Amino acid sequence: MVDVLVENLNLWFGNAHILKNIRLDIYDNKVTALIGPSGCGKSTLIRCFNRMNDFIENVKIEGRILIDNEDIYNEKSDVFDLRSRVGMVFQKPNPFPKSIYENLVYGLKIKGIKKKSVLEERAEKSLKQAGLWIEVKDRLHSSAFSLSGGQQQRLCIARALATEPEILLLDEPTSALDPKSSNKIEELLLELKNSVTIIIVTHNFSQAGRVSDYTAFLYLGEIVEYGKTDKLFTVPKDKRTEEFLTGRFG
Amino acid sequence: MKNISDKRKLRNLQGIILLRIIIAANIFFLFLFLAMIFLKGYKVLSLSFLFEFPRQHMTEGGIFPAIIGTLLLTVISVIIAMPLGISGSIFLSEYARPQWLVKIIRLAINTLAGVPSIVYGLFGMAFFVYFLRFNVSILAGGCTLAVLILPIIINAGEEAIKTVPTDIREASYALGATKRETIIKIVLPSALPGILTGVILSIGRAAGETAPILFTAGTFYMIGLPGSLFDKCMALPYQIYALMTEGTHPEKQHPIAYGTAIVLLVLIFIINFTAVLLRYKIRRNRRW
Repeated sequence: MVDVLVENLNLWFGNAHILKNIRLDIYDNKVTALIGPSGCGKSTLIRCFNRMNDFIENVKIEGRILIDNEDIYNEKSDVFDLRSRVGMVFQKPNPFPKSIYENLVYGLKIKGIKKKSVLEERAEKSLKQAGLWIEVKDRLHSSAFSLSGGQQQRLCIARALATEPEILLLDEPTSALDPKSSNKIEELLLELKNSVTIIIVTHNFSQAGRVSDYTAFLYLGEIVEYGKTDKLFTVPKDKRTEEFLTGRFG
Repeated sequence: MKNISDKRKLRNLQGIILLRIIIAANIFFLFLFLAMIFLKGYKVLSLSFLFEFPRQHMTEGGIFPAIIGTLLLTVISVIIAMPLGISGSIFLSEYARPQWLVKIIRLAINTLAGVPSIVYGLFGMAFFVYFLRFNVSILAGGCTLAVLILPIIINAGEEAIKTVPTDIREASYALGATKRETIIKIVLPSALPGILTGVILSIGRAAGETAPILFTAGTFYMIGLPGSLFDKCMALPYQIYALMTEGTHPEKQHPIAYGTAIVLLVLIFIINFTAVLLRYKIRRNRRW
């Protein structure tokens, strides 16, 4: 089933045309990877799904993104509600300077959930989903900064999962991590896709090959090719995709 | 080749020696300064100097009312300036638009910070004492000092807010928080050490200023404590000034002035030390 529909999306920063006529169907409970060379617009595109580009001055967006048949760029759409339904994990682990527990329940508290039993239950559940429960269950109230880089990133994943989003966005989530921590996160994504739709930006196309079901190759703000990952990687239709995958640019 | 490298090493050494001499000179003057003040004033120091009222036209007795007066003035100025200053810094760094307006406001604040303190005294007299009819009082003096320290708090607050990394703000927004929630729950707690440092340093400034309270709050001699905020008060820096300029018995009053200066220095040292301690304590479990 199609979960997210991108229709003729165009985005400008000032006069710079960053995203050009993007059309994309993103499927339920699958991992979709956005790959492409630096500056191709993949991070900008992923930030459209939870409207994080709204903060940039002089940004102009045309076209539609439908999530559950509702245009998120519609004037009536509630951006704060959207962001608790579409979680995001960033390039660098960015836990709040608070305890592990406070990090986890931040999104829930903002939504007005105050009941301690609910908060604790959700915190535990999301930590288990992020594979971090066993490591931190005895020190939930120590600082999030006491965790290693890889643990911090899994905490950020757990934090994003705590509001029970339908979609999880990951913007190069392993680029600041060592290979072992990266592997752990890749394994995690394969488990998580059973409960949440995942969109991941990655600079590293072997990672895309390992974790994703669908891959979109972006180049100069356009989607050059989009399809099932195994097909796109083995028999790319476009010459530019092939050149990128064989390492001739990027 | 060897010659050139030797020459560069020599120049390097020269630089280091020069810097050491400058540092030594700095430390020497600091000690000289403290020693002078201490030697001239230590004889009058005692517990009764701190807790007794002055007697015989300030030639005998203690400086208790001046200590209380300085504390009152400082507390009032901070109570007024802290909320104003912190909200001002939040507004400037988070909300104020467009940029040219922000620049003008910032220029105004920095100009205010550079105005000589005697001018604040004149302003305080014209505005608080006469226009608002506070008369010469603790309230008028506290308000004048508040205006004086406002730019310090705003600047420190803005700097502190600026150092809060963008990525934790983004994390907050990405979880569905509004701007207000992000500022209150993430930005302010993270900026707190810096904001508090600014506030505490401004307390030291307020406690030490003479000129702003000269015409707005200070009085030379009081036999009791002020009864309300609309009374005049004695204050440590003002008392030093008065003893040195208007005293009738310099041989008895000058040591008292130096003793008062020691008390004031210790007070400001304690305040600044608290600032350092507080910042250290809050920062200990933060890292970025």
